[in-house]
Amino acid sequence: MKLLKRYRFFLIAALFLSILVLRNRELGIEAISITGYSLKEMILVIPPIFVLLGLLDVWVPKETMIKYMGEDSGLKGILLAFLIGSAAAGPLYGAFPVAAVFMKKGVKFSNVLIFIGAWSTTKIPMLLFEISALGAKFALTRLLVDIPGIILIAYVLCTFADQAEIERIYKKAESM
Amino acid sequence: MNGYLMYGLVILLLMVSYYKDRKKTKMALLKAWKSFENILPQLLGVLILVGIMLAIFDAVLISRLIGNESGWLGVVFSALVGAITLIPGFVAFPTAALLLNSGAGYMQIGAFVSTLMMVGVITAPVEVQYFGKRMTLMRNVLAFFFSFAVAYVIGKVVGGL
Repeated sequence: MKLLKRYRFFLIAALFLSILVLRNRELGIEAISITGYSLKEMILVIPPIFVLLGLLDVWVPKETMIKYMGEDSGLKGILLAFLIGSAAAGPLYGAFPVAAVFMKKGVKFSNVLIFIGAWSTTKIPMLLFEISALGAKFALTRLLVDIPGIILIAYVLCTFADQAEIERIYKKAESM
Repeated sequence: MNGYLMYGLVILLLMVSYYKDRKKTKMALLKAWKSFENILPQLLGVLILVGIMLAIFDAVLISRLIGNESGWLGVVFSALVGAITLIPGFVAFPTAALLLNSGAGYMQIGAFVSTLMMVGVITAPVEVQYFGKRMTLMRNVLAFFFSFAVAYVIGKVVGGL
């Protein structure tokens, strides 16, 4: 029963997919093949991220992370959050488990949010691809607007979130 | 490829870790499995939704929505399409280039690329697991509106409007 509840969302999505296949065979098969493709992408990217996180969790002491990215890390913490997020590979959903381990290790909330922002928009491998497809002017303009935007969004979110909410999120990360 | 590089790196690190401390390595793997298993149901659901969405929102439909539209209505459409869909970059960028060639404006493409990257309606169930409903909603709404600023600047700078 518990398992059923956990997989409820997945089952509903699968139900939608079956309805699509029944009503429009061509579109349904297309959807299945795209799902298979993203599944392959997930298998390629996600397991190493989790193993890396496990190793980070076990080997890097909390004090070290606090020193570099914690409450008093200042500019150093912001830069590190940007660098780690930009060097990452994989879709945005890969960033959330990393964020959870960061929180477990005492990384400041604004730095966690900057990391998420960087992962979503300033990834270096993607940027190279963007330049080749849409031109350097497009990609670099976007990058120049996005960098301050990421910081702005992170601080606005921090202002709007009250202390209790942030504590709740950190506590949740502890159990992940 | 990027993915294989990650696997190589992780296997190397695991070997070093195992050499230094077997027990800690085992613990790391256990933790990795636990957090993976934790998010797996949401992830599988999201992947199916992405499949359905992409099958419906193919390049033809997207270009009809934002292709020859101009002005802010087209920008809003593009931003919405980008926010809802989740397209891997190596598909998204060539598609965007194709749309540009078929007459879409830089401002629309800027909005599309920006919300595609920053806003994740489909991945929200995964995000909620970690950040809660309120924070997820706020982050996505802020990122959505910020994308209009990105679109505006890109339209001015690249499109030379």
